[in-house]
Amino acid sequence: MNLLGYEFVQNAILAGLVVAIVSGLVGRFVVLRNMSFAVHGIAEVGFTGTAGAILFGIDPVLGLLAGALLASIGIGTLGVRLRDRDVAIGAILAFGLGLGVLFLTLYTSYATEAFTILFGTITGVSRQDVVLLVVLAIGTVGALAMINRPLTFASVDPEVAEARGVPVRFVSILFLVILAIAVAEAIQVVGVLLVLTLLITPAASAQKLTVLPGLGTIVSVGIALICTMCGIILSLLTLYPTSFLVATLSFVIYIASRIAGPRLVRRRALERPT
Amino acid sequence: MTVPAIRIEDSSLRLGGRVIWSDLSLSVARGEFLTVIGPNGAGKTSLLKVILGLIPATGRIEVLGDRARRGNRRIGYVPQLKGLEQDLPIRGRDLVGLGIEGTRWGFRLRPSAVADQVEQALAEVHAQSFADVPVGELSGGEQQRLRIAQALIGEPELLLCDEALLSIDLHHQREICDVIARWRERTGGTVVFVTHDVNPVLATTDRILAVVGGQWAEGTPDDVLKTETMTRLYGSQVDVLRVHGRVIVVAESFEPIGDHHEHAHEPAPGGMAGHHAHGADGGGHHEHRQE
Repeated sequence: MNLLGYEFVQNAILAGLVVAIVSGLVGRFVVLRNMSFAVHGIAEVGFTGTAGAILFGIDPVLGLLAGALLASIGIGTLGVRLRDRDVAIGAILAFGLGLGVLFLTLYTSYATEAFTILFGTITGVSRQDVVLLVVLAIGTVGALAMINRPLTFASVDPEVAEARGVPVRFVSILFLVILAIAVAEAIQVVGVLLVLTLLITPAASAQKLTVLPGLGTIVSVGIALICTMCGIILSLLTLYPTSFLVATLSFVIYIASRIAGPRLVRRRALERPT
Repeated sequence: MTVPAIRIEDSSLRLGGRVIWSDLSLSVARGEFLTVIGPNGAGKTSLLKVILGLIPATGRIEVLGDRARRGNRRIGYVPQLKGLEQDLPIRGRDLVGLGIEGTRWGFRLRPSAVADQVEQALAEVHAQSFADVPVGELSGGEQQRLRIAQALIGEPELLLCDEALLSIDLHHQREICDVIARWRERTGGTVVFVTHDVNPVLATTDRILAVVGGQWAEGTPDDVLKTETMTRLYGSQVDVLRVHGRVIVVAESFEPIGDHHEHAHEPAPGGMAGHHAHGADGGGHHEHRQE
């Protein structure tokens, strides 16, 4: 039986490819800026957006995007200073989930829909969804390429970046918007609850394996691709859930990187004699 | 007549309802080394921010012939040391490279040209040996040398240092001062050096600006660093002592500006005096950090 002959399989693989590339790239900055909690918060509010969209009969993907974008703008506005950020995310996340509960209660036949959003529905992605994913991916990757260097400066050393004229606030908020779209994309593959498995784990593993900036980005995207592709294919062959397989693979790679990393990265002790 | 590096005329600055300075006029010539001293909250950092165009002040503020503006590439900036995160995935050379690349949008067009400049900047601060180590693993002195390289890489004409020697040991303080002195000699650049402790830069300082509670005094080190000037500035008895070429400011009710806490453990003669005078007072200390 040739799996690739089925359209839903083609769609799943195309969607997985796009989402993995975006996640691997955006994840680099999520890790650099320590924003795991923001990713989680944005995803939860994305869930609320989807639930609301279903309740009001709008396209769920639009609801997801709207929820994620609103959450990221909220985080950007309320959490300007680093110390406020986690608290602001917590407050937004809690309110968002509260709304989600309301939507869930109002729309009684929603339980199975909720399950699929929370845990991912890669095999339910339509050709139209794939087109939207590609368009959004081009937008996010393009924007990230534009602000790549100022964003790195603002992430590593905000004070000096500001002094040198980098609009730190602007790049931070723009990154949150990019992140919101990346989260909305990743939700299509692994669901709300497992978004971190694509947006954190590959980049965090890459960071353990190399300090070379270019190589780190390639490794991060590579790990995200391996996890997503293997996850989707294994899921089709074994019927285990895709998100479980992706999360397990990326966790195994993360643990391996933690063990192998210190041996690979040239450390001070080796550097000194020269 | 050459344009001064910095010209400030009749400037006033209020922040949060507090007057930081008023009627300040200051001119810094090209190639000059100006050291700015004063207690915490006196407005030393605010002065740098005004020069960098980050906060607006009234009056005329000109930097290198233009009005002060954000993102002026002719200015280099070195902040006070704050440890970079241990597992930051950035090498020393990446940190230095941000000095020119960090303010540019879009893709890198000519990577090799940047790499050459980075290599040169690293050589200037003698940082090649640790340029490929993750920055989080470096010592404070090493990180600070990289920051100086980062500030100098864009060929600035004016270098602003904000407590750049704080929490760095004496040996590395000297190294950093040497790097700045060499750069100044080579390029004729101007330096504004904000510091708690005037001693490490005393030898290279041309002029001193002392800012205390909205009052200021400026002149040569010999003019400013003396008992009469300091007493007038602070409005209470302040003694300036010179011991083995070091300046120690002894006062009763505020922070000393000659030596500071970080040096209290060093056996520098008299260095303890300022610290003890400060540490012993307890009351009458009205400085609040607002920067």
